[in-house]
Amino acid sequence: MRPIVSINNVTKSYASGFQALKLINLDIEQGEIFALLGPNGAGKTTLINIICGIVIASSGTVTADGHDIVRDYRAARSMIGLVPQELSTDAFETVWATVTFSRGLFGRAPNPAFIERLLRDLSLLDKRQTRIMELSGGMKRRVMIAKALSHEPQILFLDEPTAGVDVELRRDMWGLVRGLRDKGVTIILTTHYIEEAEEMADRVGVINKGTLVLVEDKQELMKKLGKKHLTLHLQTPLPRIPAELASWNLELKTDGMDLIYTADSADGVDISELLKRLSELSIVIKDLQTQQSSLEDIFVSLVSERT
Amino acid sequence: MNKSVARLEFNRHGVWAIYRFEIARALRTLVQSLVTPVITTSLYFVVFGAAIGSRLTSTGGVNYGAFIVPGLIMLALFTESLSNASFGIYFPKWTGTIYELLSAPVSYLEIVIAYVGAAATKSVVLGLIIMATASLFVPIKVLHPVWMIGFLLMTAANFSLFGFIIGIWAKSFEHLQFIPMLIITPLTFLGGAFYSIDMLPPAWRTFSLFNPIVYLISGFRWSFYGSGDVSVGVSLLMTVGFFVICLVVVAWIFKTGYRLKN
Repeated sequence: MRPIVSINNVTKSYASGFQALKLINLDIEQGEIFALLGPNGAGKTTLINIICGIVIASSGTVTADGHDIVRDYRAARSMIGLVPQELSTDAFETVWATVTFSRGLFGRAPNPAFIERLLRDLSLLDKRQTRIMELSGGMKRRVMIAKALSHEPQILFLDEPTAGVDVELRRDMWGLVRGLRDKGVTIILTTHYIEEAEEMADRVGVINKGTLVLVEDKQELMKKLGKKHLTLHLQTPLPRIPAELASWNLELKTDGMDLIYTADSADGVDISELLKRLSELSIVIKDLQTQQSSLEDIFVSLVSERT
Repeated sequence: MNKSVARLEFNRHGVWAIYRFEIARALRTLVQSLVTPVITTSLYFVVFGAAIGSRLTSTGGVNYGAFIVPGLIMLALFTESLSNASFGIYFPKWTGTIYELLSAPVSYLEIVIAYVGAAATKSVVLGLIIMATASLFVPIKVLHPVWMIGFLLMTAANFSLFGFIIGIWAKSFEHLQFIPMLIITPLTFLGGAFYSIDMLPPAWRTFSLFNPIVYLISGFRWSFYGSGDVSVGVSLLMTVGFFVICLVVVAWIFKTGYRLKN
C-alpha cells in the first residue's frame, strides 16, 4: 500500500549553518496515528513545517498521497490540516468566523452544517459567537483544532497538542484523535511526552538532533522502554539464583542481599506468585521495594545512547 | 472525512475568505478606517482650501479649493492603501497566524489578489467618500470620469501592492510607519498635491520631475480639470511602470520566501 506521506532524503540547514534536519526518510501509512517523539529542538516542528509548506527544505522531497508538496502543492495542502504548537489565533474574530475563514482558505465551499457539527464535537458550539480573545487557553486550543479540521483533511498534524493543557482537555484530545482515526484520518502527532505516545500511537518515531533515530511499532517500543523493578531485600545472602526460579527475570545484587525482578510494564508484575515460590524455597524476605522507570528518563537515555 | 480532493485551479473560496476577512477588519474598526481619514482630509481642505486658498487666485483656471481636491484624494489614497495593505499582511506575521496562509492551497497570485484587492477596495471607497465630502465645500467637475475611476483604481492597486511589500518587509510596527511617514507623505506634499509644479522656480520644477508622485497626482488632476503638470500619457506610463515594479518585487518575495518562510 502506498504511504499517505512519504518523506525522502529531506534535509534542512539554515543560513547560520545550523543543520536542523539530517537526511530524513520516513513513510506514514494511511489511517495510522504516528507519534514523532523528541526533546525540544530535535527537529520535530521543522519536519512538520516542511511537510505543510511553512518551511522550505534544503533538499529532498515530500509527497502527500502521491502529490509533491512543492510541484503539486494545491492538492497536497488541500488534504492536510495543521494544529501548530503555538496558540496563534485571530484574537478579535469570533469562533465561527475564524473556523469558516479556514474552510474557505483551504478551498472548500461554505458548509455551515459541517462547521456546526465540528464545533459541537469540540464542545465549542455555545462559544461560536464569542471572540477568541475571551476564551481560555484550552478553548483556544480547541479552536485551533476546529480550524485545522474545517476543510475535512485526510492528514492531520498535531504539533505538541497537549503542551500546557490540563488533564481533562488532554483526555478529551486523545478521544478526539481516536475518533478521527476511526473516520480514516491519518494523524501525525509530535510530542515530548512519551506517555502521550503510549496512550495513542500505533507507531512511534524518535528524532533527536535532526536525525530520525528509530521508527517502531509502539508495542515493541514500549516493551523496550517500559520496565518495572521489584527489589527484594533478603534476610541472608543468596550465592546464586535457584534453578527453580529460572523462568523469572531475576538478578542478584548487593553481594546476594538483593534479588531484583524486572518485568515489562505492559506485562505487569506478578508479585504474589513470585513471593509464594520464594517462600517454598525458604528464602526469607526482610523488605521489598517496587520501582517503575520514568518513561521520560528512559526515553532521554535511549535518545542519548543512539546519537 | 473528505476522500476525494478536487483539483483547485483557482482557489476562489480562499481568495474570498481573505478578502472578506480584511473587509470585516475594516468594518470592525470603522472609525480608524474611514472616519479618521475623512476628518483629516476635511481639515486639510479647511486649512489649505478655505483659509489659505481664499487668498490665492485660481490655479490654471481652476478655483484653488477645487484644484487641491484631486491631490487630497490622492494623499488619502496613498496613505490608506499603504496602511491597509501593510497592516493586513503584517498582522498575521505578528500574531503567528501566517502559518495558516502559508500552509493553505492558495497561490501567491491569489494571496496578492485578496490582500491587495481588499486594501484597494477600502481606499477607493474612502477616496469616493472624500470626493463627496469635498463637493460639499467646492463645486467639483470631472471632465474624464472613466479616466478618473481608472486612475483611482490603478493608484489604489499600486499603493496597496506597495503596502503589501512593506508589510512583508516590516519586522516591527515602527517599520510599518517608516516608509509611509518618511518617504511617501513628504513626496506627496512635494508632488503637487497642493500646488502646480509650474508655480515652482525652474530648478525646483526640474527636481520635482524625479518625484514619481507628481505623475500620479497630475494624471488624476487631469481627469478632473483636463490639465496637469505633465502629459496624461506619461502619467499613465508611470502608473503602469510602478505597478510592474511592485509585481516583480512581490514575485521575488514569494519565490524566495523572503521574510515569510525560512
